[in-house]
Amino acid sequence: MALAYLLLTLHLAAHAIGVTAALVARGAVGRGLVAGSGLVGALAALGLGSVCLGAGLVPTLSATFLPLTGFALRIDGLSAFFLIVIGMVGAAVTVYGFGYSAAYEGRYSLRLLGAMLNVLLLSLSVQVMADNALTFLLAWEAMSLSTYAMVLTEHDRPGTVRAAHWYIAITHAGFAALVAMFLLLSAGELTTSFAAMRSAALTPGARDAAFVLALVGFGAKAGIAPLHVWLPMAHPVAPSHVSALMSGVVIKMGVYGLLRVTIDLLVGGPAWWGGLILAAGTISALLGVLYALMEHDLKRLLAYHSVENIGIIFIGIGAGLMFQSYGLTTLATLGVISGLYHTINHACFKGLLFLGAGSVLHATGTRNMEEMGGLIKRMPRTALFFLIGACAISALPPLNGFASEWLVFQTLLGGSAIPQPEVAVIMPIAVAMLALTSGLAAACFVKAFGITFLAIPRSREAERAHEAPRSMQIGMASLALACVALGLAPFVVVPALGASLAGLGGVAPSAVAFTPALSLRVPGTSGQMSAPLLALGLLLLMGLVPVALWILGADRRLRVGDTWGCGRIGQTPRMEYTATAFAEPLRRVFAELYRPTRDLSIDFHPESKYFVQSIEYRSEIHPWLERLLYDRPLHGLHRAATWVRRLQGGSLHLYLLYLTLAFLALLTAARWWR
Amino acid sequence: MIVETIGYVLEAAQAALALLLAPGLVGLIRWLKARLQNRRGAPIWQPYWELSKLFQKEVVVSSNASWLFRAAPFVVFSSAVAVTFLVPILAVPLPFDGVGDLLVVVYLLLLGTFFLSLAGLDPGSPFGGMGASREMTVAALAEPTVALAIFALALSAGSTNLGQIVARTMTSPGASLSPGHLLAFGALFIVTLAETGRLPIDNPATHLELTMIHEAMILEYSGRYLALIEWAAALKLFIFFSLLGNLFIPWGVSAVLTPATLAVAVASLLVKLAVLAGVVAVLETRIAKLRLFRVPELLSVSFVLALLAVTSSFLLR
Repeated sequence: MALAYLLLTLHLAAHAIGVTAALVARGAVGRGLVAGSGLVGALAALGLGSVCLGAGLVPTLSATFLPLTGFALRIDGLSAFFLIVIGMVGAAVTVYGFGYSAAYEGRYSLRLLGAMLNVLLLSLSVQVMADNALTFLLAWEAMSLSTYAMVLTEHDRPGTVRAAHWYIAITHAGFAALVAMFLLLSAGELTTSFAAMRSAALTPGARDAAFVLALVGFGAKAGIAPLHVWLPMAHPVAPSHVSALMSGVVIKMGVYGLLRVTIDLLVGGPAWWGGLILAAGTISALLGVLYALMEHDLKRLLAYHSVENIGIIFIGIGAGLMFQSYGLTTLATLGVISGLYHTINHACFKGLLFLGAGSVLHATGTRNMEEMGGLIKRMPRTALFFLIGACAISALPPLNGFASEWLVFQTLLGGSAIPQPEVAVIMPIAVAMLALTSGLAAACFVKAFGITFLAIPRSREAERAHEAPRSMQIGMASLALACVALGLAPFVVVPALGASLAGLGGVAPSAVAFTPALSLRVPGTSGQMSAPLLALGLLLLMGLVPVALWILGADRRLRVGDTWGCGRIGQTPRMEYTATAFAEPLRRVFAELYRPTRDLSIDFHPESKYFVQSIEYRSEIHPWLERLLYDRPLHGLHRAATWVRRLQGGSLHLYLLYLTLAFLALLTAARWWR
Repeated sequence: MIVETIGYVLEAAQAALALLLAPGLVGLIRWLKARLQNRRGAPIWQPYWELSKLFQKEVVVSSNASWLFRAAPFVVFSSAVAVTFLVPILAVPLPFDGVGDLLVVVYLLLLGTFFLSLAGLDPGSPFGGMGASREMTVAALAEPTVALAIFALALSAGSTNLGQIVARTMTSPGASLSPGHLLAFGALFIVTLAETGRLPIDNPATHLELTMIHEAMILEYSGRYLALIEWAAALKLFIFFSLLGNLFIPWGVSAVLTPATLAVAVASLLVKLAVLAGVVAVLETRIAKLRLFRVPELLSVSFVLALLAVTSSFLLR
């Protein structure tokens, strides 16, 4: 316990020092101090989470801790798990940021970036430790605002300000929903502890309303469709290490909040709660990956994949809640565990991929995949790390993405245990959608890796690309290692996740009984898988095959020649397959969704139409769903705002009149109220 | 202990058998097709000669290609061989049954496809990119059908473990004639055609680059690398055929390990493979290749079959 308090103090102190250092120190020293204190703080969070989860501690800090009244912290299993997620990604990101932000020196405000990075890391951990609504909401707002400031770092680039506006608008709409939800849960008293909320007796209607508000509020932060529109705008324009933190951790706070409220504070609910989460997750997963496929901006592509993976997490959690409402506790726990497992996995591989994309951006100065290529030879380490991330996110065994998707599949396969066939039939549909999602994700990452890193450079910038500096490599390497470790050790991770759910009312942790052997056996559906043996087998085979070839006396000569080109000599990058071309078959298959517009104009030679002088082809995809949902309300809002602006006449007399009227109205209201 | 040792020996024997028979299976389909088309055709063992010829040839690698191009054949081949240790070819239950279930098998094969597609992009040839793009499209669209077929099988067996699925169908023979099983078989058969690059999705005999999928992707490969890839492709065909044969019609698979049952298992495996090869040969003689953009329609047929398979098992419980 003493160790836990020590780590907590260290964590808070380190980030406080980080903020101060960022504001005071300049240059490499400043960056070093920011990165160092951020790293210490993140590692302290990681240690704190591990200590609490490992020893089953529940440290509590009450209002006396800080002079701010109503400030309360408490760490239970769920908080500890999320502290680990924050610490893992936070540590990698701060180290990476040291090298990455060097390029900002003298161009953008490093003070603001460094300070806000530490504020963000601190607010994330305070949020998962919060034990009352006030603490939670304050930390939530600090998180949103610090992220907003960092999204605006490269403020002079086109699109940045607009993206930041979208982000802050949707995140505040979500915040409003959250405030309303907490007011509902705590009967108007925001300093009520979470413990009191758990035992509060609410009417079913109020509970349903609180759930829907929570889903909207936390869904907006998590980027669940259709509230995801800000995500592919804001994540790409932020500095890459901040993007990694946003996609890896910040959006996971939506997952944390939803779990905290639904399975802890509201202690589970009717089947339609889980069904709604499951449906939202399925739609997000599919929409996310489909839009990612059409994206050729490397960071936007990754951002859309965040929508997809949040969807997968929601599928696991939603299925878990559904099972819970039918009293199938083993499956319910399994569902939530699979969601949490995917949460930490996604934090690692998406963090890694964003850092990799950042290195590419750092080296080439562009995010457009069509201008890249051949980077595997120019930045071999970044390429290797990105490849590990790409394999993990495509759910290829034996990496971590596979382990958690396997668990989500097993959860859904247990759907046959639901007594009502008309409800149970949801599960196979979710299975099919999840399988389609993971297949499309694999296609998308063949495109992302293949077009970016393989073949011939498509531009001069790509040709002159250089490997990332050491600190950035360390950041990527640590997350790549985490991806491998989390993939190889599901038999360690899953029981730990089971422990993190201990004490939450909505799921029964006693039902978790996984064999501690190397292989992971799922109770109920009884599928079985052993990641380490699988990895060992694959490695052995890959080692044995060349040996066997050598023994069998296969020819070992190797000649380097030109790529075959039907007889033409010399190959230029213009002959390569492009990202657009790669995605074309799928664009045609899903044309109904994309509704692409095509514009083809050909200039013929005036003498003969067999001689083409120039061809111009333009094709765009319209996210019609988003327009349908946002355009009209936004238009209405704009009109209302224009109308309201008339009130602002500019005359002091008018304002005095308003003041008087408002004062009188309030007095009357107060009197009437009494 | 002895039983375990026998189990491991059997695993190795199974993998060796798969490696040995796979090229012959490809040869058999080619020969049957030739006969059906009134041609004499190459002998069944022609693929073996081709492999041994390729192993003795020099490799030519494009100057644009990276280490990934040279590593990919080993990944593809190893993942296919790893799968042969997991699927029930001769006997159940095997010691590696707990290492990977049906989902692992599917994703291991996807691992191979993933790396092969990357290798297709690596030399920078437009054909490679075209093949990779199409291969991934077909693989992605086949994925939901595979998952649903797994769901249908797991429903009746109560498990995704391959050994348990086979054992379950063996103990209740009526189950293999249930509508769920039959529909799932149909779905998985179409997926087999798609995943192994057979007509009407891909034409394994074509040499017109614009219509190729698999062949376009591996166009830059030569020598021992090409041999490994061809062998892995044959293995994939073998794996899908034995899954179709042993998961849906498990009779003959040895459940008790005696020499007699094992002999029956080998014989029945050969019969099942020959029958499936015959069906594919007839199909490939009768139908033409679909246009690429009609392929999704065929795959949605298989998807609907699989969905019906699952829902019928739900409603007929």
